[in-house]
Amino acid sequence: MAEVVVVGVDGSEPGVRAVRFAASHLSGEGGRVVLVHVVPWSPYAITTAEDNEERPARRRQEVEAGEALLAPLLDEVRAAGVGAEGVVRHGHPAEVIVSVARDHGAAHVVVGRVGQSRVRTLLFGSTPSHLVQISPTPVTVVP
Amino acid sequence: MSSAAVLAQGIDERVNEAFTPVSDRVQEVIFFAVPVGGTDLPLIVLWLITAGVFFTIYLKGFQFTAWRQALQLVRGRFNDPRDAGEVTHFQALATAVSGTVGLGNIAGVAVAITLGGPGATLWMIVAGLLGMCTKGVECTLGVKHRREFPDGHVSGGPMYYLSRGLAEQGRGGLGKVLAVLFCLFTVGGALGGGNMFQSNQAYTQLRNVTGGADSPLEGFGWLFGLGMAVLVGVVIIGGIRNIARVTDKLVPFMAVLYITACLVVIIANAGAVPAALGAILTGAFTAQAGVGGLVGALIVGFQRAAFSNEAGVGSAAIAHSAVKTKHPASEGHVATLEPFIDTVVICTMTALTIVITGVYDTEDASDGVALTSDAFATVLPWFPLVLALAVFLFAYSTMLAWSYYGLKAVTYLLGESMLVDRGYKLVFCLFVVIGASASLDPIIGFSDSMIFAMSLPNIIGLYLMARVVKGEIGGYHRALASGEIAPVEQRV
Repeated sequence: MAEVVVVGVDGSEPGVRAVRFAASHLSGEGGRVVLVHVVPWSPYAITTAEDNEERPARRRQEVEAGEALLAPLLDEVRAAGVGAEGVVRHGHPAEVIVSVARDHGAAHVVVGRVGQSRVRTLLFGSTPSHLVQISPTPVTVVP
Repeated sequence: MSSAAVLAQGIDERVNEAFTPVSDRVQEVIFFAVPVGGTDLPLIVLWLITAGVFFTIYLKGFQFTAWRQALQLVRGRFNDPRDAGEVTHFQALATAVSGTVGLGNIAGVAVAITLGGPGATLWMIVAGLLGMCTKGVECTLGVKHRREFPDGHVSGGPMYYLSRGLAEQGRGGLGKVLAVLFCLFTVGGALGGGNMFQSNQAYTQLRNVTGGADSPLEGFGWLFGLGMAVLVGVVIIGGIRNIARVTDKLVPFMAVLYITACLVVIIANAGAVPAALGAILTGAFTAQAGVGGLVGALIVGFQRAAFSNEAGVGSAAIAHSAVKTKHPASEGHVATLEPFIDTVVICTMTALTIVITGVYDTEDASDGVALTSDAFATVLPWFPLVLALAVFLFAYSTMLAWSYYGLKAVTYLLGESMLVDRGYKLVFCLFVVIGASASLDPIIGFSDSMIFAMSLPNIIGLYLMARVVKGEIGGYHRALASGEIAPVEQRV
């Protein structure tokens, strides 16, 4: 069976490099990449009544923006002869990436990293380090 | 004192003089009372009790069996992963709760005990338990008849279920009239209980912790009101919603802190617990001198509970209706938790704290929030300062929530336009100042009148659509039993 690699894409430059790394890794092997863009969202976040009223419309905009972000990357990967599909989901970034990897039977997860400071990581955590802890597959972090 | 200062202090008095007759007139109409058992029973209170009792019987005690399913819904056990990014049951409930948990829970309870004696506590709890059912009914209808606009935003509430739901029964004309009446009263409720009462009591507590009658703030309620109006205006006119989000995040934290403080006071007076419970039970069933007897305790208890949890009033149906669900009854289940949290838990805690410490039973007992504050001070002398902060946050979040309810009502009546939006919001800010300047009695009178008036058109609608709600709840239970609706396996 062809290898599936899931790549987390957040709109940053390292995210783009992660896509290119995964594509070059699969080039000529007949595998495919699944590009995942996660809109950070929690079902338990506290919102105002106005936020709630606008949520369905905002969600639609967020999904469209995510798809627009993935489109050129999908084209680039396909042009390199590697199969590609895009997924836009809401949720906790690391958890959603793992869930997509499971759904697609992925053998490998690739993400970029932003190189944030220790204080920032302490305060807000980091998707790559969380991913390393919970992923069922090997994780490659691209600088 | 300089003449300017005297003039400034006089503003509070003038606001009070102008506002009191308005409040009195409104109260006379809404609180039309008949003499029962030696006291006056306002018919509107009977109206709310009857609705609670009727729906509890008609839906076979729905609120007592709904909690298990409600908790699972709130925990997200039934959230479809494909709906990630939409409004969850938890979020709808949290938004509604931060609108209802306010000064009704702190100051309102004190008012109930001052007027109705300790017995009022038991009637508040009963009212809370009955209110759970009414709230479930109105929120089921709120979701069923909400409007989803082409641009994706969702609007719901009694104005929609009254107009659309009754039109489906061929009562379109009546539905429209009830919807318009509901909106008119909602604007009053937003300016009264959702605004003036909150700013009034927030100012009172700040004045108390800075020295009471000797406070430098004495007579400067209007100035405090002005400051609070600016804070409200920054969010509702300036659109800085992050402030509202931060406030709403702090509300649950403050609520937990508040309940903990209540427990500390109760535990410190553990020996007085049996006597306090005795006073609550005997007060609820026996006539006491000076508190209007048995019926007095009952009326006051129900009145303050309704003011606090807003069951039957219709406001919560506005907040709950944006939830993502295919089954209106699911939100009905979740909504029953709201009066439980608000009244059965938080109001009861306040009441126990006041009754156990006995601060209500002294000659120079304070009123409103000051009484609750005194109760805490007997055990935790520094707590009134924390309470001032909690009161401020609760008041602020309730005001923001009600400004939204009022806006929905105004735009339903007058259509959506910049002029309507800005005009309403400016008036709302002006009433923050009036609330902080006037004295408590006329404010409570006006606030009660408007909030209770909302229940008139709302509950007429609930009765007429009772069968629809029963059908929705029955259908939901059947779908659960057949496995058509099942919990989603949460992976990862």
